[in-house]
Amino acid sequence: MKKVEAIIRTHKLDDVKSALVEAGIEGMTVVEVRGFGRQKGHTEMYRGTEYAVDFVPKAKLEIILADGKLQEAIDAVLQAAQTGNVGDGKIFVSDITESIRIRTGEMGDEAI
Amino acid sequence: MSYLKYGYVFLCVIFLVGLPLTSWSQDAVPEGEPTLELAEGESENVSTEEAYEVEDQSPEELDHEAQQILDLKQAVAAAANAGHNGWMLVCCALVLFMTAPGLALFYGGLVRKKNVVSVLMQCLFLMGLMSVVWAVCGYSFAFGGNGSSHPFIGSTEYLFLEGVSMTDGVLATKDSIAELTFALFQGMFFIITPALICGAFAERMKFSTMAVFSVIWGIVVYCPICHWVWDGGIIGHGEGAWAGGALDFAGGTVVHISSGVSALVACVLIGKRMGFGSEPMPPHNLTYTVLGAAMLWVGWFGFNAGSQLAVDDVTVTAFAVTHLSAAAGVIGWTLFEWAVHKKPTALGAASGAVAGLVCITPAAGFVQPMHAILMGFIAGALCFFAVTTMKSKLGYDDSLDAFGVHGIGGTIGAVLTGVFATSQVNTGYGDALGIIDGNYKLIVGQVVAVLVTVVYAGVVSFIILKVLDKTMGLRVDDDAETRGLDLSEHGEEGYIWL
Repeated sequence: MKKVEAIIRTHKLDDVKSALVEAGIEGMTVVEVRGFGRQKGHTEMYRGTEYAVDFVPKAKLEIILADGKLQEAIDAVLQAAQTGNVGDGKIFVSDITESIRIRTGEMGDEAI
Repeated sequence: MSYLKYGYVFLCVIFLVGLPLTSWSQDAVPEGEPTLELAEGESENVSTEEAYEVEDQSPEELDHEAQQILDLKQAVAAAANAGHNGWMLVCCALVLFMTAPGLALFYGGLVRKKNVVSVLMQCLFLMGLMSVVWAVCGYSFAFGGNGSSHPFIGSTEYLFLEGVSMTDGVLATKDSIAELTFALFQGMFFIITPALICGAFAERMKFSTMAVFSVIWGIVVYCPICHWVWDGGIIGHGEGAWAGGALDFAGGTVVHISSGVSALVACVLIGKRMGFGSEPMPPHNLTYTVLGAAMLWVGWFGFNAGSQLAVDDVTVTAFAVTHLSAAAGVIGWTLFEWAVHKKPTALGAASGAVAGLVCITPAAGFVQPMHAILMGFIAGALCFFAVTTMKSKLGYDDSLDAFGVHGIGGTIGAVLTGVFATSQVNTGYGDALGIIDGNYKLIVGQVVAVLVTVVYAGVVSFIILKVLDKTMGLRVDDDAETRGLDLSEHGEEGYIWL
C-alpha cells in the first residue's frame, strides 16, 4: 500500500478530486495547509503597515491506495493540478505498512 | 401561520393608529407659546364664513368652542410629544448599537486572534458598567444644576435618577421629550466614549484596571466636559462661555476629542505591545471590522440626528449630513490610500467612513449638505495620513488608531464647524454662526473649546493612569500578553476547535 500526499493550489482541489474519482480512487482526506517552496509569499498592507506573508495557503490531499493504482492516481493529480507556473505544488509517495477498517476490523487492501 | 396572521393584524393597527398621528405632528403648533393665547390667536384666523358663525353664537357657545380648541391643541401637543419621544427611544437603541455590536466588531476584527474576546468583553462590559454609573451619579454630574450656578460640574440633584421625570419635558418647549428619555439617550454616549479609548491600549491592558479607569474617567473627565458643552458650562455656546463657547451638535469635543486625546495619553503611558514593529500584527478578521464599521454608520444616525432631541427640520439635515460626510470619508481615505499605497483597501474604506462620521458629529445640524461632503472628504484624507504617516513617524502604539481617527477627526470637525455652521440650517443660535455667515468669532470659540478639552482630558487622564499604574498596574505581565488576553484575562477563546 502507498500513501500519496499531494500539495496543490486550493482552487484546483475540485478538479483534482474529480480526476481521482474518475481514476477509481474511492476515498481521500484533505486539509488546508500553509507553506512555501519556490513560490514566494506576498505582502499585505493594513493601515499603512506592510506585512510579508511567507506561508502561502495550499490544499493537501492524502490518499492511501493499493500499489497497482499508484501510477493512475499520480497521473490524475498531475493532469488536473498542473498550470505550468511556479506554485503548482508537490506529490510525495510513501509506503504504508498497514490499514484497518474500524467498523469491521478488515485489514490491508480490503480496508482501503 | 397564526403568527403571520397576528403580525398582519398588528401591522394594520400600527398603520391605522400611525396615520392620524403623523398628520397631527405635521400640523404641530409652534413651540413655546402658551396654549390659551394660541387658542385665541387661532380663532382670529378662522375663515370669514366661520367668523360669521362665531358672531351668531352666544357667549356660552363661544366659551365652549374655545375650550374645544384648547383641548384640540393639547391633543396635538401630546401627539407630537409621542412622536418625539418615540424617535428618541429609537435613537437610544441606535447609539447603544454603536458600542456593541458596532464598535465591538470594528475593534474585534482589528486585533490578533488571541485577543478578540478581550475587546468584545471590554465593549460589552462597559455597556453594563457605564450604564449603572450613569444612572447612579453620571447624569447628575453632567446635567445637574445649570451653567450659571454650576459652571464646572453638574450638581448632585439627580443622584440615583432622583427627580428625573418620565413625563415632564426636559426642554422648555411644550412638546419636549421626557427627562428620562434624555437621560437615557445621554447615557448611551457615556458608554461609547470610554469604549473608544479601549482601541488605544488593546491587546495589553489589564481588564480590572480598564474597568476602574473607565469609571473614574467617566466621572472626572466625561461628566465635566459634557456639562461645559451641553449644560451651559464654560465652553458651551453662549454669552457666559469662554471666547463665546463652541457649537457641538453631537459630541465632537465631548465624545471624540476627549476620548481620542485620552487614548493617546493611555497608549503612550502603557507602552507599546510586545513585538511592536518586529512581529506581524495584522487584523485577524477584516470581515468583522467592515461589518462593524457599517453598523457604526447606521448607529450614527441616532447619535447625530437624535441630538436634536426632537423630530424637525434640523433633525432632517443632521441625518442627511451625517450620511453624506461618512460617504465622502470613504472616498477621501480610499483615494489617498490608493494613490499612496497603490491599492484601495476595505479597511481603508471602513476607517474613512468612521473618520467622516467623527468629523461631522459636532457640525451635524449646523452645516449644509455640500459642506458636509467637503468635511467628510477632508477628514478621510487627513485621518489616513494621521494613522499611516504621523503614527509611524512619532512611533506610539495606538493599537486600533483611537487617536488617529477620533482625536484627529474630532478636532477637524470641531474647527470646521466654526467655518461651515450656518443659520440657514439652524436658527436657534443667532443670525451668523460660522465664517461662511461672516462671523469670525465662532471659530475662536471652537478652537478654545478644542484646546480646553485637549488639555483637560489629556492632563486628567495622565494623572488617573499614573495613579492606577502605581496602585493596580496598567499592563498584564509578559507571559499573559504572549498567550493573549482571551486566555490570560478571561479564560476563554474566541474560536474553539471542535
